[in-house]
Amino acid sequence: MENELLLVLLIPLLGGIISLFFWMDVKRQKIVFLISTIAMTLAAINLMRSVLENEVITLQSAGWDAPFGISLVADYLSTFMVLLTGIMGLAVGIYSMGDMDRARMRFGFFPLMSFLLFSVSGAFLSGDIFNLYVWFEIMLISSFVLMALGNTKAQLEGAIKYVTLNIMASIFFLAGIGVLYGLTGTLNMADIALRIHSVPDEGLITLAAVFFFIAFGVKSAVFPLFSWLPASYHTPPVAITAIFAALLTKVGVYAFIRFFTLIFTHESPFLDNLLIFTAATTMFIGVLGAAAQMEFRKILSVHIISQIGYLIMGLAIGTKLAITGVVYFIIHIVFVKTNLFLISGIVNRLKGSYELKKLGGVYHTYPFLALLFVISAFSLAGFPPLSGFWAKFALVKAGLVGDAYFLVLVALATGFLTLYSMSKIWNEVFWKKKPEEETNLEIETLKKERGVINRQVLLPVIAITVLSVGVAIWAEPIFYFAEMTAEQLLNPEIYIVNVLGMAQ
Amino acid sequence: MEDVLPFLIGGLYAGGVYLVLHKSFVKLIIGLIILGYASNLMLFTISRITRGAPALVPEGAEALVEPYADPLPQALVLTAIVIGFGIQAFAIVLIKVGYRIVATDNLDDLNTTDRLDD
Repeated sequence: MENELLLVLLIPLLGGIISLFFWMDVKRQKIVFLISTIAMTLAAINLMRSVLENEVITLQSAGWDAPFGISLVADYLSTFMVLLTGIMGLAVGIYSMGDMDRARMRFGFFPLMSFLLFSVSGAFLSGDIFNLYVWFEIMLISSFVLMALGNTKAQLEGAIKYVTLNIMASIFFLAGIGVLYGLTGTLNMADIALRIHSVPDEGLITLAAVFFFIAFGVKSAVFPLFSWLPASYHTPPVAITAIFAALLTKVGVYAFIRFFTLIFTHESPFLDNLLIFTAATTMFIGVLGAAAQMEFRKILSVHIISQIGYLIMGLAIGTKLAITGVVYFIIHIVFVKTNLFLISGIVNRLKGSYELKKLGGVYHTYPFLALLFVISAFSLAGFPPLSGFWAKFALVKAGLVGDAYFLVLVALATGFLTLYSMSKIWNEVFWKKKPEEETNLEIETLKKERGVINRQVLLPVIAITVLSVGVAIWAEPIFYFAEMTAEQLLNPEIYIVNVLGMAQ
Repeated sequence: MEDVLPFLIGGLYAGGVYLVLHKSFVKLIIGLIILGYASNLMLFTISRITRGAPALVPEGAEALVEPYADPLPQALVLTAIVIGFGIQAFAIVLIKVGYRIVATDNLDDLNTTDRLDD
């Protein structure tokens, strides 16, 4: 039973190592990546099946009992995040096979993707704070290389900022681990959650919480720590941006949820206010930033920040309904956001630009692509009956029930502005007539250079659109699952008992 | 030792922040390295330092006898140093390539990706 948990980690690791042996052999690397990611997704589905049976699955590595060894823990939250990682890795991997340029693929794009999936899943499954730090670092180093892969000027400028701020975040993370270890004398999350109640000095716990807040805040790009994101996310090829948008900031949010539902549950008005302030400002400033942009990918990148604000909002309210909303929101946003990035990549393939001013007329020539965009964009803006509506509805309702009127107000205003920036893209890229200066000759040469839309590019976009519509249609069972997840998160006893092996 | 180390850590943090706030690439990297050291030392110090008492079970006893040094922080710091070393190596190469391609040593010039109208 526990080995199911290990499979999810071992398969991408093995895939990455094997594809390193086929260095520069893109064809074989593609095959290895496909096989390993499909296997990883299947392993994640299998893990999900047995977690649904057993609630929590714990693997004590090397057989060392809980507080002494490193525990890997799969509860509902971790498992569905791992499943999302597998699905998104597969989708973006297939997309990149049709879109990525050969030079980048020859210099290790696929092994890096495998290691990224490996480390992200590891971060979701880790039950030990120092082990979590190690996963974060593996994730960082693979994302650093992916960010800079290709060495263009813009990429390097973005990467320098990305690397600097993320190293700073790691430094804060390490300091936080130090304080927490000094207070409790243990690194196991479940054990910390038990012992932290007997720490006499609440001020020191809050200090540790602030250290972790800064560390995860940088990684998940909350206000005012997000400045690396608009500077860097739009610089690499769109497939890399898409996988970053799907997974990296979500790892930060996952760590937020894990730490602030399991460890830092003590009464602290300062922390509560900090979360509320962060949620409101992140939502609003993120969406304002997006509204100001006039470039397809930049709008989407800055929008990530505003969506993170929604997730923190649910955590700040902290009731069962709010956490349920957060879980549903994560599923929704991972599909929709990645899909929008992939569509922006297809538009770039067709028209050779991301600039809204230079684009236009896509609706007339490619109505099907426009339809795919509309589904995702309106879902992001929160139109019923798409998935974004249910996600926002749950959060807003939780805010009204929990008397967080200020947050609700900000969330609704943000939703409105989201609609504004999505309709801006729609108007400029799809609806308006194509610009005068664009001659047919230019398009013809572009098509010769890049090839028209191929199957590898279109297939993942259609698949993710179907999935995101599915999330809306089967909202009830998914909501039911999200509710179970929230219940498990708000009753950390289940987690603690299972990890520390006190169940017998 | 426990009275001296906090001042050292504070000094390292201050120096690291001072260097990171400079415009030069090289000072940025040195600042990050110093900040990393500061955090490693803090992790080491805050977990309490016990001198001359290795965590070995004495002869004849069944379990450890107080006082003994906690070996875990040392393992953590070693791991953190190794990881930090890898990340720093990458950052130094990145800065070098960045310097060659962007052709500047001034962080204030790295603003083309942030602009609205490009």
